[in-house]
Amino acid sequence: MSKLAISLTVNGVQRQALVEPNQTLTSLLRDELNLTGTKHGCGVGDCGCCTVILDGETVNSCLVLAVQAQGREVMTIEGLAQGIRLHPLQQAFVDHGAIQCGFCTPGMILSAKALLDRTPQPTRAEITKGLSGNLCRCTGYEKIVEAVQDAAGKMERG
Amino acid sequence: MSRQFDVIGSRAPRKDAPNKSTGKAQYIEDITFPGELAGALLQSPHAHAKILDIDTSKALALPGVVAVLTAKDVPEVKYGVSPARYDENLFAMDRVRYVGDEIAAVAAVDLPTALKAVELIQVEYEPLPVLLTVEEATANDAPWIHEEYPDNICAQVEQEFGDVEAAFAQCDLIQEGSFFSKRQDGAFIEPNQCVALMGHDGVLTLHSSTQVPHYVQRTVAMVTGLGMSQVRVVKPYVGGGFGPKASATPIDLAASFLAIRTGRPVRMAYTREQVFLFSRARHGFTHHMKIGAKKDGTLMALDHQATLDGGAYSSFGIATVYYAGSLLGGPYKLPNMRYAGRRVFTNKPACGAQRGHGGVIARALFEQQLDIIAEKLGMDPIELRLKNMMETGDVTCNDLAMSSLGMKECIEAVKSGSGWGEKKGKLPPGKGIGMACGFFVSGAGYPIYRSETYHCTIMIKADEDGGGITVYTASAEIGQGSDTTMAMIAAEAVGIPLEQVRVKSGDTDFGIDLGAYSSRTTLMTGHATKEAGDNLKAMVLETLAGELGIQAARLDIKNGLIKISGGPVDFSAIRTGYIKEHRGWQDQPQSQELTFREAARLAYLRRGTLVATGKYKPPVLGGKYKGATVGTSPAYGCSAQVAEVNVDFETGQIIVERVTDAHDCGQAVNLTSVEAQMQGSVSMGLGEALFEEVKFDAQGRIINASLGEYHIPTVMDMPEVRCIVVESGEPNGPFGAKEVGEGAIMPTIPAILNAVRNATGLVLEETPLTPERVYQALKKQKGA
Repeated sequence: MSKLAISLTVNGVQRQALVEPNQTLTSLLRDELNLTGTKHGCGVGDCGCCTVILDGETVNSCLVLAVQAQGREVMTIEGLAQGIRLHPLQQAFVDHGAIQCGFCTPGMILSAKALLDRTPQPTRAEITKGLSGNLCRCTGYEKIVEAVQDAAGKMERG
Repeated sequence: MSRQFDVIGSRAPRKDAPNKSTGKAQYIEDITFPGELAGALLQSPHAHAKILDIDTSKALALPGVVAVLTAKDVPEVKYGVSPARYDENLFAMDRVRYVGDEIAAVAAVDLPTALKAVELIQVEYEPLPVLLTVEEATANDAPWIHEEYPDNICAQVEQEFGDVEAAFAQCDLIQEGSFFSKRQDGAFIEPNQCVALMGHDGVLTLHSSTQVPHYVQRTVAMVTGLGMSQVRVVKPYVGGGFGPKASATPIDLAASFLAIRTGRPVRMAYTREQVFLFSRARHGFTHHMKIGAKKDGTLMALDHQATLDGGAYSSFGIATVYYAGSLLGGPYKLPNMRYAGRRVFTNKPACGAQRGHGGVIARALFEQQLDIIAEKLGMDPIELRLKNMMETGDVTCNDLAMSSLGMKECIEAVKSGSGWGEKKGKLPPGKGIGMACGFFVSGAGYPIYRSETYHCTIMIKADEDGGGITVYTASAEIGQGSDTTMAMIAAEAVGIPLEQVRVKSGDTDFGIDLGAYSSRTTLMTGHATKEAGDNLKAMVLETLAGELGIQAARLDIKNGLIKISGGPVDFSAIRTGYIKEHRGWQDQPQSQELTFREAARLAYLRRGTLVATGKYKPPVLGGKYKGATVGTSPAYGCSAQVAEVNVDFETGQIIVERVTDAHDCGQAVNLTSVEAQMQGSVSMGLGEALFEEVKFDAQGRIINASLGEYHIPTVMDMPEVRCIVVESGEPNGPFGAKEVGEGAIMPTIPAILNAVRNATGLVLEETPLTPERVYQALKKQKGA
């Protein structure tokens, strides 16, 4: 198969890459762009740990072909912190003990980010719905929900 | 009750959390090496078959293939978990015993080529009868899955403590019940993966997502024939384990052999389907219990039988079948107990250890029966439990010593925390409330192999500049928070702020640590860390005392400052020396008191690099009877939980609406992490109670080997879990600490069962409590 040239914006930076027609967005991010914060879990869209934000919407990047990202804007977990300053969601996850093994964390935080972008002050039900595509086996989710609630409050207050 | 701590007991953020929040933390798949080859396994499509012939010629001829290994190419060394039951060969010799059994491994330039080569290996099979259930495997005419194990019995246990029959004769009530559970999967989110590298120095380095670097090192050394000093196992961050990652995997071994063969780094990874095929997770259990009680509620005796569907190999199974009996010795006073357990081989993936190892379903049935006994005797279930509860200092009939037991405090806490009194017996139809208790070891009393080895060793090195310390430990941070726990224990022991402590872990070059299993790390590695911290502190203070010309007993370190008792002492020479060494620096010490930094710098200048060590192994524990090693522990953590449920009578669906959870962890090292373990335990228990079941077709193939079809709890399935931490102060634990990681799962399933019974009157005997199963039971109840 011949490779295809694509151009996309990743974390605000214009990037070019040569990709296989069947290469996934997960593989483009991890293997070509070295953005290994996006985790490769099940590869079939079940676990959500490869979640990224594509044009403002969360997607399982394992279910998106790299070529489908042509001309579009991707945000990965590496795009959240400002230098060494954590994004309020990241800080809240740290402060609330919402991170254990951490393998689901990047996807979980990006799902939370997309949720708060849409719904800055979500109810508990809106939070659980917004995170329902991200599996976590460690935490039982309670501290994750608390972290999102806390971050929502802090981001609203600026 | 407990002494004042400076670091212990706080809610300090985990040391690894910031890097995990930004994606900087590296897991095995994030670490790559130049010249890597991709490995792949050929696994059996048959559940039981003879291998007549293997032809690898086509695979070897495929361009890009570098090596193909079968049983012929590796030493014929059997391995496993328990040395008494080494029954696995890396590659099948002449027989495959489950769908997924390993036959060959390929290394190629990339994964597609390796997978293509696997397809080109031709194997001629002669199918054998497939034994998928305990009944099939124990039938008279069943073939033996292992020739060494007659009648497919992997392990058998017969124990009696006290005189069960004599006790039953004195009982006013005999209650009997049975329970059946299904095989569960660990469902950690990161599939197993490893990379092996063979150096020209003769050292094999294996990077692996494991819970037990030490046991993997031993297994790889034993199977490859390399010396222990020639095998180094390094564990990067690991995406969860829960038990199934607590032994060497076939990919650990195959990648090692392929790296030795090719001289190149070899990466091997399980897909999610292969995680299910490897399994090593929770057994399917069948329990039957007969419990005798006096009419005042006094528990007198338990007669208990268990059968474990073990799958094709032993793995942790001997320990599992012992745990399934021994963990009912407490936390209630039970003077007479008889147990007959057996683990049966079947043609399915091997089961092993998973959170609450062996004890979870036994606990579920026992606690369910306690509720029925309470009802028959006209007692509140909590009253019955409190009446029989052990206290600190009690010893069970099977010699488990409760050196601390905050069980009563846990029960009182969930009783008031859940509003039990206002709810029990007063809820509307369909709503139910139930409670249960449980306990678990705080570290296995003995290593898996018979040895006088220390269970853990620690090195703490002070920075030569004095600014901080680094803890070197071979223990395994797998998400539970052990790195932060060790940092906090070291900080407390030395007397410095947590920010001044770094932890390097998970590398067999750092020493011995048996790993993350049996809820051992906080107590055992914690002890060794505390000892090393105490020793380092003594080294610093001795040097300082000599310099100041005073007794070391007058000196202490607290919050990074040197505390001098018994009147003022002139330390200006030390400070002046330090400041001169750091001319131009902006953070010169200015405090009224001498700092740890200055004292540790001085100690380095006087005696060279400061390295202190610590070690731990438990004292000789437990009874002398056969199997006494399983269940003995220096301490036991314990829990009580109240579950509140809603049962839909039309659909059979159960919603767990609230869980109130109290756990006695002795002393919380990190309060947030303790709660996090409690909540995670409830989530795993809830999944097992309501949804989780690995299913097979008639040929022994798993039909739901994905996280889409094998349902673990999502955030929408989880109720609010209210945590109450009880601290009884464990005398055998570092700073009074003991386990929380597994004891906390024990009450979850029975609390839900008891709540469902409270809502419906149903005594359900089978998990998971799927809507269909509950609906059928409701229908039957209505008809009856």
